[in-house]
Amino acid sequence: MTHNLAEIDAKGYWRAVVRLTLSLLAIWFIVSYGAGILFRDLLDNVSIGGAPLGFWFAQNGSIYVFVALIFYYCRAMNRLEKKFNIEG
Amino acid sequence: MDWSLFWVFTTFSIYIGIAIWARAGSTNDFYVAGHGVHPVVNGMATAADWMSAASFLSMAGLIAGLGYGGSVYLMGWTGGYVLLALLLAPFLREFGKFTVPDFVGDRYYSGAARLVAVICTLFVSFTYIAGQMSGVGIAFSRFLGVTNEVGIFVGMGIVFVYAVLGGMKGVTYTQVAQYCVLIFAYTVPAIFISLMLTGNPVPQLGFISDIKGEGVSMLEKLNDTVTSLGFGKYTDSTKSNFDVLCITAALMFGTAGLPHVIVRFFTVPRASDARLSAGWALVFISLLYTVAPAVGAFARTNIIESVNEKTYIAAENYEADAAALTADGGTPSPAWFANWEKTKLVSFDDKNGDGKMQIRGPAAPDGLANEVTINNDIYVLANPEIARLPQWVIGLVVAGGLAAALSTAAGLLMVISSAISHDLCRRTFFKDMTDRTELMVARGAAASAVVAAGFMGIYSAKLAFVAQVVAFAFGLAAASIFPVILLGIFWKRMNREGAIASMLFGLIPTFLYIWHFKIGAGKGAGADQWLLGVSPEGIGFVFMWLAMAAGVVASLVTAPPPQDVQDLVEDIRVPGTRQPHGLADAGMAPE
Repeated sequence: MTHNLAEIDAKGYWRAVVRLTLSLLAIWFIVSYGAGILFRDLLDNVSIGGAPLGFWFAQNGSIYVFVALIFYYCRAMNRLEKKFNIEG
Repeated sequence: MDWSLFWVFTTFSIYIGIAIWARAGSTNDFYVAGHGVHPVVNGMATAADWMSAASFLSMAGLIAGLGYGGSVYLMGWTGGYVLLALLLAPFLREFGKFTVPDFVGDRYYSGAARLVAVICTLFVSFTYIAGQMSGVGIAFSRFLGVTNEVGIFVGMGIVFVYAVLGGMKGVTYTQVAQYCVLIFAYTVPAIFISLMLTGNPVPQLGFISDIKGEGVSMLEKLNDTVTSLGFGKYTDSTKSNFDVLCITAALMFGTAGLPHVIVRFFTVPRASDARLSAGWALVFISLLYTVAPAVGAFARTNIIESVNEKTYIAAENYEADAAALTADGGTPSPAWFANWEKTKLVSFDDKNGDGKMQIRGPAAPDGLANEVTINNDIYVLANPEIARLPQWVIGLVVAGGLAAALSTAAGLLMVISSAISHDLCRRTFFKDMTDRTELMVARGAAASAVVAAGFMGIYSAKLAFVAQVVAFAFGLAAASIFPVILLGIFWKRMNREGAIASMLFGLIPTFLYIWHFKIGAGKGAGADQWLLGVSPEGIGFVFMWLAMAAGVVASLVTAPPPQDVQDLVEDIRVPGTRQPHGLADAGMAPE
């Protein structure tokens, strides 16, 4: 359904979208570049089933978080759209 | 051999069947499958589109050899989907056109910007597709006993049928079938290898388990084994952290900027479906990408254990010779080694003449030379044999590799043909072309692109850039395509001048840098000569920031974009508010 931009608080909606996006990208950065690369040496002191934790994040862990991030984003966006009366 | 043929024939018949069922009737069908693909189905098609012959056959071996260093591919080729879902896909779907150059041309109200986008798209896609076609040729020639050229012609014929007939619609549903074939062929051997080595049927868990019957974890044991042979520690890398970061980032931003991935999200009905679809795509991709590091580590362990210090037995008379040696108390080399020697993917050179096979790294403590060479592809191809799986599973792996190559090739073909028929013909040169004519031109362009791609595959050995697909395709997509789309959505003030400056400042330096260090005069140069110590694979990430800066500066010193275009940007940010806007939508109405 197409509706008119004037009827909805587009500015407020967009601010909320950008805020959500930036916080999720921060997590995206931390689990891959942070845990898997920059702080790997530190995390490698901890082991997960015999795998050094930093190494595990780089090869498996970050990917699981990526999947969770996208599905969380979908849910959060649907909630935002409802809140601002937007029908995608 | 017979099982390989059986599976290739069966799967190819399925692909043709789907092509006949899913014929395209309009340009809308042909370019974007009528915007009618279910998000989960599109996720699966995207996964097949995305995972190429290299992902399927070579990646596990690459990781097995590089250890931690292989993580750049794992994170890089999955993390880009987060960027796609959050930053690009839903907004581009809301924009509502057919191609990536459509967005660039209409958002930036400029035929010149569209042309630059077409050039980027064509270069990236042709580099990528040549690699796929040569992969098809290699698979056929090695496993089905025909020449390289015949293999490529057969592959071309199959893709021709479903891409030319069905367009994006045919390609989408064939890709779904291809995903099923490739994921089955990949995970079944992995499950059995994991069971054999760790007793855990889930490879991702086996990866972090103890070796069966021993109190030591799989990765610790692998670390001990490889260091005792003179290799670096498996869970470590010698590359600088900064370079690893740049390569990972270039692959991620490159993934998000690849036209053949982006257009997959044009095929779903709405913006919310595009988001969801990116999530499903990553689920299906992760099934392979989280198994691959496990396969790499298992196979490295297995191969060293079953080959190192074993007495070499040649393929002719293998059974009898091996039995005789065992009776004498010796340990023969495994049968799979003898089988795969014929394909030249593994080879043995008895340098010290002791008849035993030594696997050694560069810093071997006993000073012996390495005698065994193993091609990266072997880790996946020989997996079923190492796990002693039945013949029919072994044949399936070849069909899986072909499915991976053909599905990616078909997705690229669609991008190439739409760039020519839609962006060059309909939107640039012959603006009054009817929909029927455009559909005919699109089929013709797809047909010519198949032929061109086939010949590039045949002559790929002579085309130096084909071997550098990772650096070129991802680096250029990250530096030239990603910034112009991102700024076009998130920064309303970005204008035509900014877009052209951004694309050129991304494209030209990245291209020259990669050419210089991969093909030109600087080939073989060490890290000390690289800009900021960044390898050619990671440079796209560095120049991506240059491209963004150039886009911002050029926009700010010139006039802001017209009101029509600013309204359009507001529309695509809010789902369901898209209205046609004179200047930006004059050439084509949004859907």
